[in-house]
Amino acid sequence: MIGMNGYQFYWSIVWDSLPLLLAGAWVTIQITILAFIIGTLIAMPMAVARQQGEGWAYRFSTWWVELSRNTPAVFQLYLFYFGLGAFHINIPSYAAVLISVSFNNAGYMTEIFRGGLNAIPRQQLSASRSLGMTSPQSFIHVIFPQMFKVIFLAYVTQGIWGMLNTSFGMLVGLQELSGATQYAQSASFRTFEFFLVTALIYYLIAKGLQFSSHLAFRLIYRS
Amino acid sequence: MQFQFANQGLAWSDAYFLAQGLLNTVRLAAAATLVGTLAGIVLGWLRTVSMTVRIATAPFIDILRSVPMIIQLILANSLLSILGFGTSPFWFGTVALGAWMSAVTAEVVRASLLSVPVQYRKSARSLGMNGYQELLYISMPLAFRTGLAPWIGLVLSLIKDSALAGVVGYIEYMRSTQILITRTHETWLLLMGAGLFYFLICYPVSRYSRHLERKVRV
Amino acid sequence: MIRISNVQKAFGSVIVLKGIDLTVEKGELVCLIGASGSGKSTLLQCINGLEPIQGGEILVDGISVHDPKTDINKLRSKLGIVFQQYNAFPHLTALENVALAPRVVSKRSRAVARALAQKHLEHVGLGDKGDSLPSQLSGGQQQRLAIARALAMEPSYMLFDEVTSALDPELVGEVLETMRLLKSEGMTMVVVTHDINFARESADRVAFLCQGEVCEIGTAEEVIDNPRKEQTQKFLRRENRKPLEIVRSSVA
Repeated sequence: MIGMNGYQFYWSIVWDSLPLLLAGAWVTIQITILAFIIGTLIAMPMAVARQQGEGWAYRFSTWWVELSRNTPAVFQLYLFYFGLGAFHINIPSYAAVLISVSFNNAGYMTEIFRGGLNAIPRQQLSASRSLGMTSPQSFIHVIFPQMFKVIFLAYVTQGIWGMLNTSFGMLVGLQELSGATQYAQSASFRTFEFFLVTALIYYLIAKGLQFSSHLAFRLIYRS
Repeated sequence: MQFQFANQGLAWSDAYFLAQGLLNTVRLAAAATLVGTLAGIVLGWLRTVSMTVRIATAPFIDILRSVPMIIQLILANSLLSILGFGTSPFWFGTVALGAWMSAVTAEVVRASLLSVPVQYRKSARSLGMNGYQELLYISMPLAFRTGLAPWIGLVLSLIKDSALAGVVGYIEYMRSTQILITRTHETWLLLMGAGLFYFLICYPVSRYSRHLERKVRV
Repeated sequence: MIRISNVQKAFGSVIVLKGIDLTVEKGELVCLIGASGSGKSTLLQCINGLEPIQGGEILVDGISVHDPKTDINKLRSKLGIVFQQYNAFPHLTALENVALAPRVVSKRSRAVARALAQKHLEHVGLGDKGDSLPSQLSGGQQQRLAIARALAMEPSYMLFDEVTSALDPELVGEVLETMRLLKSEGMTMVVVTHDINFARESADRVAFLCQGEVCEIGTAEEVIDNPRKEQTQKFLRRENRKPLEIVRSSVA
C-alpha cells in the first residue's frame, strides 16, 4: 500500500473479485472473436460490391461503410439497444453489443478489404475464370487468400479495435470485462485499483490476440 | 418510471440542452486535439531522433492503443481525483483523450518523418543547414504532407470517442441525448439527431481526408 | 585548395577508402573516374563532411572538415554539392528552392535571397521557371536547379556526384553544358563521372580510383589516352566497349 495525497491504495479487494473480472474477460473474448468472424463474413461480399461502383449492392455497402465509420461506435450500440427497444423489440445486451461491434467491424473491414483487392492484379480473376471457376469460387480460392496476406496488419488492428469497442457493454448493463469491473467496484468505490487491473487485462487480451493472429498468419502463409 | 414527469415530451428548452451538449462536444474535442497534437508532435520527433526515448515511450504508446477509451477515461478521472488535480469532467476528458491523441499522433509524426527521403535531408545539410533548420524547413513540411490525412483520421476518431466522456460525468452531445431519451422516450428522434450530428461532422472531413490521401499518392 | 591526405573510410567491416591522397588546386576541374564501388562517390561526400572518416584528414582552405571543432555548416556553404538523384525540395518552387539556404543559413533578407535566387536560376538557364514546382520540371531542369541551389551559397568549390547518371540520354547535354559554363567561369570543381568523354574534354586532371585507392592520376591525355596502369587500361577498355548511349546515360 502506497499513500498518495492521503489516499491508501487497497488491492486485496481486487484480487477477491478476480474470478468475476475473468468471467467478464471471457465474455469480452467471446464477443470479440464472434464479431470478428461475423464482420469478416459480411465485409467480404461488401468489399466486392464496393469495387463494382454501381448497383444496389454498391449503394447498400456504401451506406453501411459511411454510417459505421462516421458515427461513434457507442451511437451504433445505442441504435441497436435503445432504438430497437423503442419498437418493443427488446434484445439482450449481449446481442446488442455483438451486433453493433459486428456492424462496426464490417464497415471498417470492407474498406480494408477493398484496399487489398485493389492491390491484386485484375488478371488473377480472369485467369481463374478461364480455368472454369465461377466468380464466387475465384474469389474464395484465388482472390481472397491473396488479399488477406496484403491487408493482414490492418485487419488484425481492426480486430483489436473491435475488442476495445466491446467495452461499451458496460453502458448497457452487460457484464463483459468493463461491465463486470463496474459492478465489482460499485460496492467498494475502489475505482482506480479495479480499473487499473482491468486495463492490464485488456492489454493482455490485445497482446494475446495480436500474438495468436501472427501465429495463424505464419501457419497459413508459411512465411 | 414513477417520477411525475416520466414520458414528458420534448420541450423547447431541450433544444437548448442539446445545443449545450453540442458545444461541449466541440470544446472537448478541440481541447484534446490541441493538447494531444502538440504533445504528439514533440513525442514523435523525439522518438525519431532518440533510441532511448523510443524504448522508454514504447509501452506508453502501446498501452494507450490497447486499452478501451472508457477505461482510460475512468482511470484519468479516478487518478486525477486521487492526486487532487481538479474535479472537472472537462479536464478528465481532455487528459484521457489528449493522452490517447498524443500517442497515436506521435506514431503518425514518426512514420511521416521517416518517410522523408534521405536525399532531401542530405541536400539540406550540404547547403550548410544545421539539423534544426533541416527539420524546420525540409523534413517537417514534407512530413506534414504525408501525415495530414492520417492525422485527420485521428481527429475523427477522437471526435467519435469524445461521445464516451459521459462516463466521467461530462455532458457532451451523446450524453445529453441519452439523458433526454431516458426522460422523454423520444428514442428515435433523438438518436437520429445524434447520428446526424456526428455524421455531418465526420463524413465531409473523411471525404476530404481521402481526397488528400489520393493527392499525396500521385 | 582541397587537400585530402591518407583518408580512410569504412562502412562497418567493408573498407571503402584505403588511404586516399589528392589535392585540388584553385580553379581546377578534377574528374574522379572508376568502376562502381571504387569509392569515388563516398570520397565526394567525405569532402563536405556528409560522411565521417576513420582516418586521415581533409583540409578545405586549410580547415579540417572532420575536426569536431570545425563549424561544419559554415564550411559546407563553401562546398556546393549536386547529387545523382535530382533532389530539388518537392514542396518548394524552383525560386524558393534556391532562396531557402541563403535566407536561413546566410541570414539574408527575403528580398535579397529571392533576387539572388533569380540571378542563379538565370545563370543555369532556368530564369523563367522560378514559379514551377520540381514536379513540373524535367530531370535535366531539376539537376540544373540543384546546381543553381548550390551556387546560391556562393561556394568556392563545387562537387558533382554522378549528376547525369539518373537522366534520360537526351537530357544529359544540358547539364554538362551548365557544368562547362561553370568551368569557363573559373569555378573549382570535383566531378565524379562515368562520362569518359566529358572527362577527356573538360578535366584539367583525371584521377582513376580503384579499390579504394588513387590508382592513377594526371592530365586527361595521360590517364585516359595513355594509361600506364593495367587496371586503368582494363577499366577504359570496358567503358569503350559500351555502346555510346549507355555510356552517355550512365555518365557518372
